[in-house]
Amino acid sequence: MIHANLKQLSALLAENKTSSVELCTEYLDRIAALNPTLNAFITVDRERTLAEARTADARRAQGEAGPLLGVPIAHKDIFCAEGWLTTCGSKMLSNFVSPYDAHIVSQFKAAGMPSLGKTNMDEFAMGSSNETSFFGPVKNPWDLKAVPGGSSGGAAACVAARLAPAATGTDTGGSIRQPAALCNITGLKPTYGVCSRYGMIAFASSLDQAGPMAQSAEDCALLLNAMAGFDRRDSTSLQREQEDYSRDLAQPLKGLKIGLPKEFFGEGLSADTAKAIEAAIAEYKKLGAETVEVSLPNMGLSVPVYYVLAPAEASSNLSRFDGVRYGHRAAEYGDLTDMYEKSRAEGFGAEVKRRILIGTYVLSHGYYDAYYIQAQKLRRLIAQDFIEAFKQCDVILGPTAPTTAFDLGAKNADPVQMYLSDIYTIAVNLAGLPGMSLPCGFGTDGRPIGLQLIGNYFAEAKMLNVAHQYQLATDWHQRKPEGI
Amino acid sequence: MQWETVIGLEVHTQLTTQSKIFSGASIAFGAEPNTQACAVDLALPGVLPVLNQGAVERAVKFGLAIGAKLNRVNLFARKNYFYPDLPKGYQISQFELPIVEGGALTIQVPSSESGQAESKTVRLTRAHLEEDAGKSLHEDFHGMTGIDLNRAGTPLLEIVSEPDMRSAKEAVAYAKALHNLVTWIGICDGNMQEGSFRVDANVSVRPKGQQEFGTRREIKNLNSFRFLEQAIDYEVRWQIEQIEDGHKIQQATVLFDPDTGETRMMRTKEEAHDYRYFPDPDLLPVRLDDDLIAQMQGELPELPQAKQARYQQDYLLSAYDAGLLTQSLAHANYFEAALKTLNTDDLTVGAKHVANWMNGELASALNKADLSIAQSPISPDSLAGLLKRSADNTLNARLAKEVFAAMWAGEGEADAIIEARGLKQMSDSGEIEKIIDEVLAANQKSVEEFRAGKDKAFNALVGQVMKASRGKANPAQVNELLKKKLAG
Repeated sequence: MIHANLKQLSALLAENKTSSVELCTEYLDRIAALNPTLNAFITVDRERTLAEARTADARRAQGEAGPLLGVPIAHKDIFCAEGWLTTCGSKMLSNFVSPYDAHIVSQFKAAGMPSLGKTNMDEFAMGSSNETSFFGPVKNPWDLKAVPGGSSGGAAACVAARLAPAATGTDTGGSIRQPAALCNITGLKPTYGVCSRYGMIAFASSLDQAGPMAQSAEDCALLLNAMAGFDRRDSTSLQREQEDYSRDLAQPLKGLKIGLPKEFFGEGLSADTAKAIEAAIAEYKKLGAETVEVSLPNMGLSVPVYYVLAPAEASSNLSRFDGVRYGHRAAEYGDLTDMYEKSRAEGFGAEVKRRILIGTYVLSHGYYDAYYIQAQKLRRLIAQDFIEAFKQCDVILGPTAPTTAFDLGAKNADPVQMYLSDIYTIAVNLAGLPGMSLPCGFGTDGRPIGLQLIGNYFAEAKMLNVAHQYQLATDWHQRKPEGI
Repeated sequence: MQWETVIGLEVHTQLTTQSKIFSGASIAFGAEPNTQACAVDLALPGVLPVLNQGAVERAVKFGLAIGAKLNRVNLFARKNYFYPDLPKGYQISQFELPIVEGGALTIQVPSSESGQAESKTVRLTRAHLEEDAGKSLHEDFHGMTGIDLNRAGTPLLEIVSEPDMRSAKEAVAYAKALHNLVTWIGICDGNMQEGSFRVDANVSVRPKGQQEFGTRREIKNLNSFRFLEQAIDYEVRWQIEQIEDGHKIQQATVLFDPDTGETRMMRTKEEAHDYRYFPDPDLLPVRLDDDLIAQMQGELPELPQAKQARYQQDYLLSAYDAGLLTQSLAHANYFEAALKTLNTDDLTVGAKHVANWMNGELASALNKADLSIAQSPISPDSLAGLLKRSADNTLNARLAKEVFAAMWAGEGEADAIIEARGLKQMSDSGEIEKIIDEVLAANQKSVEEFRAGKDKAFNALVGQVMKASRGKANPAQVNELLKKKLAG
């Protein structure tokens, strides 16, 4: 049962072949056995999970029957969840128990999904390897020497290792898609504004977006149905008609135009990843799709633009962590300034400090125009490139990451190398477009490779259709790591 | 050397919304600390601001009232700095593209030469929406600071003037006119004790005739018109002294101490923050559409200046009288209610009558008791009741004042007091003649003096008659009858 995907579990529950309590107990036992090795969860609370499972079972007994009712989910520790420790992977919030639920968390509660716990992540979602977490790195279930990707590394690892059938993630520059690729799962970042950010601890507000992570595109569609929707508590949440993201899954791909940006297939892409992507393109052609070369001429600017804008917003977003009202406060300090300095020096890790410093610098008087304003202009150009490209194609396809998972510690010394692992994903956030990653093969090192699909604005249903048809034709997404 | 003072004001007006500018928490004054601060106000991880439309509407009303340009697209920015009563570590304010730009306010300033009021136009730079910070309470907590976040997120409209004022008196006149306007249009309750209307004054001096401005110092947080005047007067004297002693003025922020009457330095420009403003990514640009603007225009009452002009034109009141009657909406409402009840055939006569009493007896009584017009123990209807008895000669001027005093003391309506005290003016000539006869009989000496050509003696006789009537005789009638008797 533990290896079943969300849709299968949903069917088992609907047929009363299992209960939410039984299901949660199995997952909790597996977490207890494997989490010491993988470190995918920061917080597990058996009693709380089982209480939620009993509620789900009671709801079903009373005749309720949603597709997600009783299926457990794991929440990234960036989401505030009432009564749960909510750390955001940081020492700064290592004592913070949230008094409220994030919108996404309450949506899944309403759908009847018990929470299996809070998953590990890069500190404040800043990282691409899950190594910046105060709670230690997460191990990739496919190879314990490898990173799981980041920042939603705990979420990706726990779905890959079948510690949970589904997980929430957040994606600011690739934080859902890159770990999904590195762990051989399916993850989707929606169009900016589709999911409310209320209760999701902000990293870079104009880029952050929550999304589902699961075994398949079909599962992601079911999860997105529960996550998406207008929330008046988030001013950037979009007021749109509720849609069924599963509605187009079965559509055949005949005549589909797939755009292949030449910039995605140039220098820096490893040979085995390139080969796997070529194979996926061939598969799509077999399914009746056509390919067309497109160009995203400003894509090369996306990493530098991102590393101006995201730190700028982060430097301000993280100012509230000052040790005054909650979170870490230094044990001893002199005056007020000393309290701030010591509390923040102790509470934040090196990568977070690096980005606060970069962000503070680019917003400073005399540098603002040259960095922040310039980056905003380039951001519009990058978005414009996609708008042009989508005039020629229905979806864009390419690699999610340039290589398979790298070894733990391999890129710690060189932040720029680390930042480049998001080179194919960042532009999507800058443009506010939906994107997803799905399994498409394995590298020469036996580690998974992810295929990235990028949709036009609000074309999640189309993108899921394109992913699902591929998953009907291939079994990469059904492969699971051996030995754990 | 002759020095010229240059003043510009920044006024923080608290808007009269029910809830905060970015959260649903109440903004009522005086609650127990931290009972009116929700998750958003506390800046818990993950919370987001949502703009209160009521704050936008009030800012639009203000912009329309001062003839300003409304920025159809305006932006909220983050002003970043650390302070314990600033929970997010940044204040959400408007920086580039404020909601209101430009506009002007006409003020009345007493001219130094003539003593007559002259009008002057003060230009406004901008008005922008922002959130207030909480309060740091440094007393009551031994060795610690208490933080009260009830005020955090309270909606403010910061109104910035051009450096158009040239004296403390002008600054006060501007502040009062602004105070009148924002309360008049209902966007601010104007309560200065509770901090609903707070003034910062930028003050500099320069040699008379010099074009460029001197270096300014900013006096923060003045919460009364009196302090505003005292602080500027002190600051100007201090700056002139410094310059004359050969020192340079350093740009700085200062505080006014009402106990010593002095300003003292808070921080210099070098210590000033780099606020690292940037557009708040949590909030969308604010778009003002035609419908909203038209709706706000429709909700605006007749404004003070228009009303003053109308009083002058329709009621033939002096600029001075009309100015006093429109010093607040409460004054104008009082005036109009009293005039309506008085209901004179000739409105200009009635208006002048009400104006005299409001600007005279009533104003001085209110002033002495430190009450506002809204708190007046004598209602407009009651005042009109008194004025009716004065207009129909029931009361002479002295008796009218006596009745006013009794009304002020809570003895009831004018007619009841007149009745109870038997204060009706004596207009029966037979009765008055009887008194005159008695007085003439008892004051033969004065009669002889008058006949000998001493005019003063006549006045003495009038006085005696009035006294004998216990002030109730109609003085004009007394004069007339007495003249007749003495001639006869």
